[in-house]
Amino acid sequence: MKLLLSIIVFFSLLSPLHAAIETHDFKDAQTEKDYKALIDELRCLVCQNQNLAGSDAPLAKDLRDQAYNMLQQGKSRDEVVEYMVNRYGNFVLYRPPLESDTILLWVGPFALLLIVLIVVMVRIKRTRSVEAPEKQGLENAKHLLEDDANTMDETSDNTGEVK
Amino acid sequence: MRFVLPLGVFGLLVVLLGFGLTQDPKKVPSPLIGKPAPAFDLPLLHNQQVNFSPDDYKGKVWILNVWASWCVSCRAEHKVITKLANMKLVEIVGLNYKDEPQDGTRWLQQFGDPYAHSVLDYEGRAGIDWGVYGVPETFLIGKDGLIKYKHIGPVTDQALKEEVLPAIKALL
Repeated sequence: MKLLLSIIVFFSLLSPLHAAIETHDFKDAQTEKDYKALIDELRCLVCQNQNLAGSDAPLAKDLRDQAYNMLQQGKSRDEVVEYMVNRYGNFVLYRPPLESDTILLWVGPFALLLIVLIVVMVRIKRTRSVEAPEKQGLENAKHLLEDDANTMDETSDNTGEVK
Repeated sequence: MRFVLPLGVFGLLVVLLGFGLTQDPKKVPSPLIGKPAPAFDLPLLHNQQVNFSPDDYKGKVWILNVWASWCVSCRAEHKVITKLANMKLVEIVGLNYKDEPQDGTRWLQQFGDPYAHSVLDYEGRAGIDWGVYGVPETFLIGKDGLIKYKHIGPVTDQALKEEVLPAIKALL
């Protein structure tokens, strides 16, 4: 009982640490869903390669608050995204739109895949054409062997005929 | 002959990686270049009863320098900004970004005040509107009220000479 009590006291003492985690009250479940999706797909500008949800940077917190406020005011997800892009460019998007300067980003992996496929196909073709003469050679060898066997038979027949 | 392909691939990688290494990944190109300077209406640091708005400078070429007392590289930049202010080419407005007013005031007393006006952006809302993500940042605004140039990070002597001054002179 004493142990249980001390555990409870211990964890209640810890709780101020958790106060740093932001709590938002959402007007409805959809808004909360939109908010979570937004901070997940918007990129933090200070600590790059983190999204807004995962970043502790003060700017990330401000932008989260901004996203929250806009959604609470009834703005749509697209409007929030547009707001961020107008200020920070496509950089804030983890899923940037297909534009002239992002074309390499979108097409690059497929282009690489295509190049690899072509290289592999060329290689396979080459090994096949290497195999083909060998097949021919095998054929030739078989013929030679058969011929040899025939002549051997003939010679044995000849030798068999002892006069 | 059999070395040509691996060597070619290696050479290509060297070029690509070399290109990647010499780029600064922290520099995010601003979509605001060529766009109107975002509006704000914020109190002056030294006299919080009076507000400043970019509209007040319509028809002027001016510079908005975003700084804060907590920003270490702003100190390094400060003497370059002071030098620019002393040239008396353009007026420089300081945006004191997410700073305590007394800290900002003390900072200017300690290092000197190159700013025509210092504007207090306590909440950082103007900063967001201007797409500020790394203090210090410096914007050059033309007579038409459009943002002509943006420098991210501290303006060095070299950047002043090679980028900022030519950009200013092109507008005057």
